[in-house]
Amino acid sequence: MHKIWLIIKREYLTRVRKRSFLVTTLLIPLLMFGLIFSMIFLAARSEESQTIAVVDESGYFINKLDTVNKDYQFRYTQFAKGESNVDLMKRMDADILVRIFPFKGNHPDSVILYKEGSASLSVKEFIGGELTSIYQIKQMQDAGINKASIDSINASEISIKSFDLKNNKETHSEIASAIGYAMGFLIYMIIFIYGAGVMRGVMEEKTNRIAEVIVSSVKPFQLMMGKIIGIAFVGLTQFLLWMILMLSLQLLLPLLISDLREPMQVGMALSPDMESVQAMAENPSLSFYHAILDQNWTLIICCFLFYFLGGYLLYASMFAAVGSLVNEDPQEAQQLTIPITMPIIFGFIIMASTAKDPNSSLAVFGSLFPLTSPIVMLSRIPYGVPGWQLALSMILLIAGFILMTWLSAKIYRTGILLYGKKVTWREVFKWIRYS
Amino acid sequence: MLDIQHLKKYYATQKAVDDVSLRVRKGSIFGLLGPNGAGKSSLLRMVTGITMPDEGKILFDGEDFVLDKHSRHIGYMPEERGLYKKMKIGEQALYLAQLKGLSKTEALENIRYWFNKLDMHSWWNKKVEDLSKGMSQKLQFVTTVVHHPKLLILDEPFSGLDPVNSEVIKDEIHELANKGTTIIFSTHRMEQVEEICEEIALIHQGKVVLGGAVSEIKQRFKENLYQLQVDGEIQYAAAQYLQREGNQYTYKFQSEDESRGLLQYCLDQRLPIRSFHEILPTLNQIFIRQVEGEAARIFDTK
Repeated sequence: MHKIWLIIKREYLTRVRKRSFLVTTLLIPLLMFGLIFSMIFLAARSEESQTIAVVDESGYFINKLDTVNKDYQFRYTQFAKGESNVDLMKRMDADILVRIFPFKGNHPDSVILYKEGSASLSVKEFIGGELTSIYQIKQMQDAGINKASIDSINASEISIKSFDLKNNKETHSEIASAIGYAMGFLIYMIIFIYGAGVMRGVMEEKTNRIAEVIVSSVKPFQLMMGKIIGIAFVGLTQFLLWMILMLSLQLLLPLLISDLREPMQVGMALSPDMESVQAMAENPSLSFYHAILDQNWTLIICCFLFYFLGGYLLYASMFAAVGSLVNEDPQEAQQLTIPITMPIIFGFIIMASTAKDPNSSLAVFGSLFPLTSPIVMLSRIPYGVPGWQLALSMILLIAGFILMTWLSAKIYRTGILLYGKKVTWREVFKWIRYS
Repeated sequence: MLDIQHLKKYYATQKAVDDVSLRVRKGSIFGLLGPNGAGKSSLLRMVTGITMPDEGKILFDGEDFVLDKHSRHIGYMPEERGLYKKMKIGEQALYLAQLKGLSKTEALENIRYWFNKLDMHSWWNKKVEDLSKGMSQKLQFVTTVVHHPKLLILDEPFSGLDPVNSEVIKDEIHELANKGTTIIFSTHRMEQVEEICEEIALIHQGKVVLGGAVSEIKQRFKENLYQLQVDGEIQYAAAQYLQREGNQYTYKFQSEDESRGLLQYCLDQRLPIRSFHEILPTLNQIFIRQVEGEAARIFDTK
């Protein structure tokens, strides 16, 4: 036990002391923060409205287009004699020109939008929607429906709320889906990044030929587990630092963008401060916030930690086994990792569909099967998962971890001492069977 | 010290170690010889507990070998050397010593002793990747002996060492042996064995084909060759005359006793004798004779 602790300590310290650890630990939150900041900044800037010149030859739309949306300003005009599109836009100081041609037999021949370069999808959708609804109103009026009925028809919209049968609380599928997706993605990244870290560590020991020296002092299993656990601690440390950095950075956000009265950083500001929660509840536009706080965060965080550790441990031992098979050639490593990366990617694909339909049989299977459950189950948890499924999934994950570690240890033990020989999977199965 | 009984290790394609029995006396320097691929490293890996034998027994000081218990007393330098390249030298030595079961203070004390002895004290904070090959081999040696092992196993210890460091390590090996450390020394280089080892075993294709004390083996395989240097011509017909270089004659006799006849002849002829000595075969020659075919070719190329 004392020896495995020495190994854990070495694995941990050599990694944490590296300059690259410091750099990634500091840089990634800064990059994320920079990304969020620039997204908000750009969103704020794009509020600068665009001027749209409208030349309406049909006469149906003059002075009828939206005036509420501040993003767009409409100016109605006509072509002067011999004026080109460009000249007109210059004259009107417009960014976009919309030409509506005369209607033939009640149908417009066409509507054309001119812009330097290509028009954005949102502009196209906005103008198309406006024109359609104005024209629909006109048609209804032509059919003899009076103005009042049309307004009431337009105003009627049925919105659906969903409630949990058990506690009669409102549920928010959008938020559950977003949280689930984020959690699943995080686990996916962790398995890849730290699993590959384990593999590189094993490869280093093998190619440096230090492995043989070490296993004359400790059992190969101790060396493998020491490395896996040491790197798990590195991951946890990095995570903790990221959390602290991200939280402190996001506190700076409102200071940097003063007119952010509405919270843009949804999902990050999780202050359980009662006063602010109440303030949010009063403001209907902030019910989103409310819903996030309503999530069962204790369960989510506990499950995240469990599946983080379980998933990492399950895959790390497999990565260690593969690392032990590689001889110097990194291409070999790439080939050998395919059997490991396949289930991870498979899990990721199931997760993507789970976010929409969390109770499909594929999602249930994916959240029970140990090789995919760390990714898939986390994306289901915000929706609520039956207790027996969660328990079964956890038991299977632990069993899977034990089985995989046992198998991997057999491969690892033989692999680290095998120099200069390319190993086939067939031989590997032999080692498992005969040792 | 070490008693190996009927050890077997079979791999899918070959018998790496096939029923090997050996006995290494406490405080002796034991040579394990054989061409590359004879099974030496496989045997040593079992003795160090790295792999388990398929059959047979290893007794360490009369007890069944257990890795956790006995690795503390074994120092092993594998043929394929290795150190963590990015780790500082002092930390690395400390880590490996602690893995052997030394406490931190004990380990530091021993490391300082060896670093001073081998003139390495200024290296503490350097990284292995900054060392020359010779330097890193010195470090490798230190990490092997730092925990005062009772049994020191060196697999091809001189391969890749420059003559100066070779000499340094050789002296240390002798000193350790004098202090009572048992040393197993595995190599395919026969001339080194003759210099260093008292007892040997020759392994070929997983089996021990020859074993015993070096001097005894040489006696067993000698061909009664004698070399005589005299001032003058010899015409002696009673023995087989092999070779003459100047006044140096080589004779082969049927038995030791016959050599007296030649000396008597010289005395009778009043020929001044400069030297007269027996030519013993080198281990290399014995082994080439003993191991034919492939193995012999490998030795010849060395």
